[in-house]
Amino acid sequence: MTAPIISLKDIDVTFTPKGKTIHAVQDVSIDVQKGDIYGIVGYSGAGKSTLVRTVNLLQEPTSGSVTINGETFFSKTDNGATQKIKGKELKEKRRKIGMIFQHFNLLNERTVEENVLFALENNKEKEKIKKEKVAELLELVDLSDRAKQYPSQLSGGQKQRVAIARALANDPEILISDEATSALDPKTTRQILDLLKKLNKEYGLTVLLITHEMEAVKAIADKVAVMQNGRVLEKGSTLDIFTKPQAELTKEFIATATNQDQAIQAITDSETVKNLPADQTFAELKYTGNSTNKPLITSLYEQFGVVANILYGNIEVLQGTEVGSLLVILSSEKDNLDDALAFLASQNVSVNILKGAQA
Amino acid sequence: MSTWFSETFPNVVYQGWGGDTGWGTAIFQTLFMTFWSAVFGGLLGLIFGVGLVVTGPKGITPNKTLFWILDKIVSVFRAVPFVILLAFIAPFTKALVGTQIGINAALVPLSLGVFPFYARQIQVALSEVDSGIVEAAQAVGASFSQIVFGVYIKEGRSEIIRVSTVTLISLIGLTAMAGAIGAGGIGNMAVAYGYNRFANDTTLFATLIVLIMVLIVQVTGDWLARKYNHK
Repeated sequence: MTAPIISLKDIDVTFTPKGKTIHAVQDVSIDVQKGDIYGIVGYSGAGKSTLVRTVNLLQEPTSGSVTINGETFFSKTDNGATQKIKGKELKEKRRKIGMIFQHFNLLNERTVEENVLFALENNKEKEKIKKEKVAELLELVDLSDRAKQYPSQLSGGQKQRVAIARALANDPEILISDEATSALDPKTTRQILDLLKKLNKEYGLTVLLITHEMEAVKAIADKVAVMQNGRVLEKGSTLDIFTKPQAELTKEFIATATNQDQAIQAITDSETVKNLPADQTFAELKYTGNSTNKPLITSLYEQFGVVANILYGNIEVLQGTEVGSLLVILSSEKDNLDDALAFLASQNVSVNILKGAQA
Repeated sequence: MSTWFSETFPNVVYQGWGGDTGWGTAIFQTLFMTFWSAVFGGLLGLIFGVGLVVTGPKGITPNKTLFWILDKIVSVFRAVPFVILLAFIAPFTKALVGTQIGINAALVPLSLGVFPFYARQIQVALSEVDSGIVEAAQAVGASFSQIVFGVYIKEGRSEIIRVSTVTLISLIGLTAMAGAIGAGGIGNMAVAYGYNRFANDTTLFATLIVLIMVLIVQVTGDWLARKYNHK
């Protein structure tokens, strides 16, 4: 494995307003590989924004180390020795880390192109080359026709695209997206996420995606960390987190991103399930990847004489892998059912019996 | 018309236009004092106002000591009534411009009188610049001066114009008191040639002239503030 492009190690951030101590971030370590879209989810106040601000040192950690592209940006060991970049060097490094925000934070008194140009003010290139660069960036975010307008004349999605163009002006390798879609409607959110995905694919841009919307993570993130009270509860590939969530909070977040919980609830409450005969079993089958291609339901009947009545089915695609979920009523002899369940297990289908024979 | 005028406002006509006691001279003196003390006091106020914002607790270079010093200087100068300030800093004025009376001498107390007021106004105006925009500028690696001039002052431009208008109007008010140290002006006209001589028509005219000046400043300020607001 290559060295991570972002490596946060044992990060603590403590605030002490009026003598009170607030642990905004506690003991967080995260490695982000180049080219990843790394999601960080959590409710507001979980410490996500504080954590990502340590990446470009808009927020200095109280302790821990921040290493970007193998370079130590900040390091403070327990014995108190602090090493950090600052001044001009820090400003130069920051230019290689783009950042976009929930409220866009555009300069209101500058036009769209002047906003992008602002990020290039420290660039020593000729004015003409900078102008070309701005035009290119606006083309990329599809806003060339708005170049002379002021932010107040744009919609939320357009403002965020200007912010993305500005963030990309200095050709950064990393883009920090701090709740960038949280103030946008679902359709616009999707457009912005697609744009981030495109930038990630075509330019190898590493994206740090901070959000409280699991939908956003599901849509584009490769990896995800779940945060609560300043700590990371769990982290891993999006696929793993979605299919095998461990922490309660993670399950809660996943439930918000799929409609499954409501569906299960509605079906569990239905007459069919309430009046389930003794020889029938109500179960949830979950499967990932390859197993989705096999005719499972047919196999159950042909091999074991088990009839599966499908009440609900859902397939999602996460990082290109299909993740399926079925709610079924299985009816058969008791022995046959046990064999069938063993077969399902051997096919990497996880079975969760909700009501009936073995519940 | 002119007979009616000279009969109704005999003292106004008596003062004349030119000469040491004329209307033209008084208007010029007021404009002269307003302009130059706006330049000096304005610059000083701008520097202090920006200083208070950037060194403040939410500023881009928080500095408790410097903030405390700037804050106290502003507070102390604001607390001194202007008429007292005129007299109080006379020795300093003399050291600076060589005399403690007359129109040039008045510029020193006027500048010092208006700057703390302006500094506070600027501080408030700049504090209203969205901290998110400042953060975004920091994130693209903007330098200190780019943030001060390109973000705070440019983004706060409309608000700065608005508070400058208020300050300029209050400065016109201060110049009216400068007559106390022999600087002349419309205020002096109203008091010395109007009130003291029971020439009510002169006082009325002086008042009207000041009102017109204030009105022009207000209308121009409002128009500029609107023009430079793209929020």
